[in-house]
Amino acid sequence: MSRPNIALNRFGYGVRIGGEAPTNPRQYLLRQLDVFDPAPRVLAGRTDNSAKPGEIVDALRRNRRERRMQATDAGESMDSMANDSAPQRRGRRRRQLTGFPPEVQRTYLGAGRTLREDIGLRTNISVASRAPMVERLVHFWSNHFSVSAQKPGTHYQVADHEFFAIRPHVLGKFSEMLKAAVLHPAMLLYLDQFRSVGPNSPFQERRRERQDPPRRERGLNENLAREVFELHTTGVDGGYSQADITEFARALTGWTIQGIRRVERRSVPQPNGAAFVAYAHEPGSRQIMGRTYRDNNAGQARVVLNDLATHPATARFIATKLARHFAGDTPPPALVTRLEEDFLRTGGDLASLTRTLIDAPEVWTEGPVKYRQPFEWLVAALRITGVDNLNARVLADALNELGQAPWRAPSPAGYDDLEGSWAGPDALFRRVELAERLASNARADDIMNRAQTAFPGALTDNTRTWLSRAESGAQALGLLLVSPEMMRR
Amino acid sequence: MTMDLNRRTLLGSSLALGAASLALPRIALAQGVGDKNLLFVMLRGAADGMAMAAPLGDPGYEALRGATLSEYEGARRTNGFFAIHPAFEQVGMAFDAGEALFVHAAATSYRERSHFDGQNMLETGATQPYAKSDGWLNRLAGMMLERDGEDAGRALAISATMPLALRGAAPASSYAPNNLPEASNEFKARVGLLYGEDQQLGELWSQALETQAMANMGGGDDGIRSLRDAQATGELTASLMRGRDGARIAMVELGGWDTHANQLSRFRRNARALDTLLGAYRDGLGAEWANTMVVVVTEFGRTVRFNGTNGTDHGTGSAAMVMGGAVKGGRVIADWPGLRENDLFEARDLQPTIALESVLSGAIAEHMTLDPELTMARLFPGRSGQALSGIVRS
Repeated sequence: MSRPNIALNRFGYGVRIGGEAPTNPRQYLLRQLDVFDPAPRVLAGRTDNSAKPGEIVDALRRNRRERRMQATDAGESMDSMANDSAPQRRGRRRRQLTGFPPEVQRTYLGAGRTLREDIGLRTNISVASRAPMVERLVHFWSNHFSVSAQKPGTHYQVADHEFFAIRPHVLGKFSEMLKAAVLHPAMLLYLDQFRSVGPNSPFQERRRERQDPPRRERGLNENLAREVFELHTTGVDGGYSQADITEFARALTGWTIQGIRRVERRSVPQPNGAAFVAYAHEPGSRQIMGRTYRDNNAGQARVVLNDLATHPATARFIATKLARHFAGDTPPPALVTRLEEDFLRTGGDLASLTRTLIDAPEVWTEGPVKYRQPFEWLVAALRITGVDNLNARVLADALNELGQAPWRAPSPAGYDDLEGSWAGPDALFRRVELAERLASNARADDIMNRAQTAFPGALTDNTRTWLSRAESGAQALGLLLVSPEMMRR
Repeated sequence: MTMDLNRRTLLGSSLALGAASLALPRIALAQGVGDKNLLFVMLRGAADGMAMAAPLGDPGYEALRGATLSEYEGARRTNGFFAIHPAFEQVGMAFDAGEALFVHAAATSYRERSHFDGQNMLETGATQPYAKSDGWLNRLAGMMLERDGEDAGRALAISATMPLALRGAAPASSYAPNNLPEASNEFKARVGLLYGEDQQLGELWSQALETQAMANMGGGDDGIRSLRDAQATGELTASLMRGRDGARIAMVELGGWDTHANQLSRFRRNARALDTLLGAYRDGLGAEWANTMVVVVTEFGRTVRFNGTNGTDHGTGSAAMVMGGAVKGGRVIADWPGLRENDLFEARDLQPTIALESVLSGAIAEHMTLDPELTMARLFPGRSGQALSGIVRS
């Protein structure tokens, strides 16, 4: 593969219609660090949804008290909200919501639409972007800190998480991104942190005094603490123990979301709609991975996160994942070392890490080295076809069918970054179905030249032959969208 | 239908059954190869075995999980000890009919608590996470292919992408219904030509076309638009496995078992979906149910105590389920470890006493009439344990 082709496709989301192959691939990539827009105007126009999760969580809690069953069922029917389109399902959901106040019903029913619109924004920003490599990094980190619209309230927050906790930091410090991503309402909801309570917190002491029945007692939930170690920082072999997890879970107690009425009086607002409730925080200093953290309320978890962000195991873990994403499923050890050293030297400066990646010879090897994931493939297909205004529902449905709906990964580990997860027969069939449909609604002239520009120096004779034999421009464009050059980078 | 909590009697009875079933292979081979169906169901997220079959007879249960007792009022009890979760209606009926069993306090050799590593080991069959790149179900497909040649039948994942358990050298396909507009025949033909020189895409494409043809023939996915509908998924899976041309080995995945909060309602809902799927699958197979085995497993169990948010955290020992027309069911196979503080693994989890790898190789070897030792060695190499016997009626 030629260097211009690698710059376009391995690093980015491919060429845009009317665009040109870069003459200086390295400069083309470095320039993207300057032109990247961390706060596109379309994002500023979004409705502020920060109050919604609290509203939903509160309504659920109230209703659970009154009518335990129905409230729970309604809450959990949110699971399928984003992707369902069948009217009968909507009807059923409406019925399940009977009994909720009208404003809460509206909040519920609007959740799916909000999520779809955000998926549309994300996709169209990438399609139009002049810094596609940096967009790829946004999506890489968003997947690293994966949150999923699966629990009540999260639908309104998963996009905020990427737009406001990930995107602004993508060329900044890893520690800042880590704190923003972990302590964001979407993550606090998704990994159950928002209701974790210190066993010796004033809240719990008070309940004990009142002798509330023990089975209704709230307490520690270690889900987020575990995943921060395993997935966000040191990796599973990072040298932490079960005791470290429990201690970190204690340090995190008190971190919750804004708008939960029961604790609102005692709640101190934190960035991005999070809140800290000292009343539910476990008092005392904590011992984590050999260090002592004194109790300074909300600050305690932040200091732990600062330390984890620069831990050597974190450097290694991040370097490996980044190398795997850009240089192949089995990342070249030399590249991992290069990235790891950069991360350690700069204390996790992500702009420096990106420059090191661009300058690493291991990323410029003849390829292809990766099978494109569905989101990558769709964005590249839309850039090449010039379709940049598909409506949100079409995009959300397409990504769902392709198997990679944004913010809906099956686990907190995010979507898998290995070929075996994506190169399946049925998945390929779906791309072919979608490609024919996309091509039939796009500009289909001049396909041979566009193919040359899209894959400079990399278009095979075989693909050229079958494109030239196509019976129409639309058919040729469709074939280009599913060509081997398009499937791999 | 008996369940004995004494370790020796239990192992003794299964060994005796193992000896009795030695005569089986030749008879079954004479009946014709390649007519056995195997459905592997993987519950992702660590399903709580203590909720599937609750050990109400253990004196320690109430202290640990008193809040769950009302959930099991009127539930099926086996010898008064285990109560089968009431959401398992179809499974429960099969249990009563002697066609379903549970294996309790079972786990793979994985002893940490990461879903991803745990699932990786359960799917690859390796003794370490990420030590193997192919899956044990694929290696089983390979064994069937070696033995039965063309009669071995196909291996299929009911999924848009290929799950790790079925990845590997043996041919396997994946299929899931979708909402996309169907591609024109003309376009599909040209895609085939375009992929002519590309080995990977060429193979994926021809497998996709075959599976599509099979799905269209069975008429199985009429009206199904996604795998969310458990009934439809069960019916679809059955339709893709019916008849000579159907798949012989299939895999279905169900998620949502990671019940860190509000476990009671979430588990109930998940169990109902699993139960519906299995019931629909059994009904869809009709007479072929007699030649079918379903194995349901999860990567690990959950803490025996509830956490502060009415849920449970990642644990160790869990339960597995085996169902099928020839399964010697109506029992819970367990070497029950107990629930006292000292009985627990790391003072928090159910102590595993049966290796899941032994359960899987034993059940599958008996069902497919393969050599148990060989099966264990191929599917789960590097283990010292033996394949469990006595799962299939002799």
